[in-house]
Amino acid sequence: MSKDNFILRAEELYKSYRMGAAEVRVLKGVDLAVKKGEFVAVVGASGSGKSTLLHILGGLDKPDKGVVRFEGQDLRRLSSGQLNRFRNKKVGFVFQFYHLLDELNVLENVFLPAMASKGVIGWLVCRRWAKKRARSLLGQLGLDERANHKPYQLSGGERQRVAIGRALMNEPKLLLADEPTGNLDSATGNGILEVLEKLNSTGQTIIMVTHDERIAQRAGRIITLADGKMTHKSIRA
Amino acid sequence: MYKIILAIRYLLRRRITYFAVLAVALCVFIVVVVMTVVTGLVGDFKRKSHNFVGDCVVGTESLVGFAYYEDFIKMLEQAHFVEGVSPVIKSYALVSREQTEQNAGLEIMGIDPVRHSGVTGFGKTLYHRKDDVAKAFVPAYDVNLPGCVVGIDLWLIRTGKSGYLYEDTPAEVAFVVSCFPLTAKGAPAKAGAGEVNTKTFYYSDTSHSGLAHVDSSLVYLPFEQAQWLCGMAGPDKRASAIHIKFRPNVKLQVGCERIALLWQRFKQEKAGEKQANLLDIVTVQSWKDYRRASIAAMEKEQTMMTVMFGLVGITTVFVVLVVFYMIVSHKSKDIGILKSIGVSNANIIQLFSGFAILVGLLGSGVGAFAGWLFLLKINRIEDLLFEHFGFQLWDRTIYAIGDIPNQVELKVLAVIIASAIAACLAGAVLPSWRAAKLEPVETLQVSQL
Repeated sequence: MSKDNFILRAEELYKSYRMGAAEVRVLKGVDLAVKKGEFVAVVGASGSGKSTLLHILGGLDKPDKGVVRFEGQDLRRLSSGQLNRFRNKKVGFVFQFYHLLDELNVLENVFLPAMASKGVIGWLVCRRWAKKRARSLLGQLGLDERANHKPYQLSGGERQRVAIGRALMNEPKLLLADEPTGNLDSATGNGILEVLEKLNSTGQTIIMVTHDERIAQRAGRIITLADGKMTHKSIRA
Repeated sequence: MYKIILAIRYLLRRRITYFAVLAVALCVFIVVVVMTVVTGLVGDFKRKSHNFVGDCVVGTESLVGFAYYEDFIKMLEQAHFVEGVSPVIKSYALVSREQTEQNAGLEIMGIDPVRHSGVTGFGKTLYHRKDDVAKAFVPAYDVNLPGCVVGIDLWLIRTGKSGYLYEDTPAEVAFVVSCFPLTAKGAPAKAGAGEVNTKTFYYSDTSHSGLAHVDSSLVYLPFEQAQWLCGMAGPDKRASAIHIKFRPNVKLQVGCERIALLWQRFKQEKAGEKQANLLDIVTVQSWKDYRRASIAAMEKEQTMMTVMFGLVGITTVFVVLVVFYMIVSHKSKDIGILKSIGVSNANIIQLFSGFAILVGLLGSGVGAFAGWLFLLKINRIEDLLFEHFGFQLWDRTIYAIGDIPNQVELKVLAVIIASAIAACLAGAVLPSWRAAKLEPVETLQVSQL
């Protein structure tokens, strides 16, 4: 556990991709520190490296250079098994396009992370708890009646709320949201932001990526990413 | 648990998987049907060969035969593992039907019908004397005449699948059997004195062994008469072979090895005797070795069929591979999602391997059931095809086959199903490995959706 109350620290992150013969340098030395209970928005134009940064912070991708420490633990030093457990227990991802599994219903999509962390016997032991927790989350997200529906039967806002429910299933310490309102109309997107604000008010640490300055204003702190570097930081009044 | 749930859902909700299931089912269906029929035919042929020979044969291919066989029979009868023995004379003869111009060079076999039935299935191959084997060489129309039993295809005509047109009582027909008698040294025994031994036998019964060559070329004669015809009678009697049956609990290999040891001992005992040299050309063979030339050809065909259908299996593997490759391509987003919630590469491989096993299980289950159902009715189907279109899988006027074998062997079925599942797994290995290697970041990119 970090002694300085920072849940996450990223230092000098570099990341580049190869596109054909050309090398695209996406991150060029990004530093970031997030305290427990913070709601941080990362804003930037399309292609500025926001999503790449989020993926690196959540252990979905690895930086070419630099360190990410979660509660003082260097993610580079985690084995692949530990990294899988980190993604399963410590962080929850919310994507722009919801990314729900079409073959599962709403309830199953929500308790999927709990099921993924258990073997058959482990799941049989804890399934009642998991289903209860999933139903409780769906209740908090206003989706009680949708538990047995398939993702394609839901609206965009409902799907995103299911995705949030799934991200929260294992009570992660950090919620990473990649353009959570990017695929929604203004009113629906506003509803999703209210959900995130409500979560943050209960102590949930959130890092949200968005290209929309107005949406970013809903976060407690805004970080601007441009040309692969942090260019501006602001704190909401 | 999610792997089981997702594998089942992928199976039920992806229409393309039905093609994989269908490919596996068709492959299993074909293999089950063909292997059952071929295995049945080979098994049937082996069973008939075993019935014809008994368990073991001590004999020679020489037309001279070997001496002292009675002494060896006494030795065999004292062996606790031997149930029965039957001396046999084998040779070739010119067989003519009396008062006609018809004649043919045939094999003759001299036997004691009771002893031979105790060692082989000879008694069961008879038609008129099946229940009274002792009278096999006693013509029903005149019990005082010397009888002969002829291979069924020499006497009756096959009428198709229903078998032969048997007569109620044996026809009164005489066969003249002429043989070149040979001395113990292989020289003509009657050189310059007519040279052949000839005797007339009267048709008493037919023998239907189910072995095409035997039924179409063999005439059974009483042992002593055949011995005389071949020049093997006299003070030092000779025989061509001794057929042996082991007691039920004796394994074939063990029994044959014991007989071989007895024969070696017997040969040593007879080393100084006048005709001891004839014992050197005698071999001890199990019924399988004795009929090896015929059985090997059948087994070769069976092996060829197995290889051919192995190639069909490889085609199935390729079909499954293509289907899985397409499914994995369509499911790359799911793989990214699963990895984002902490699912490992090994679990991704397990998920798609489980999916492959389900495809294999369902496909082989459907194929095996359809195959079993088809085999259950295969003879009825063939009868219908024959009645309406004159089609027969094997022309029964040519081939010595009754019903098409349709008894599915559980062992064969288990091997086929296991192979089908293994084929599905093999077909899923490459796509599963590819799925596991996918970077979640790439699969979850907006441009990939």
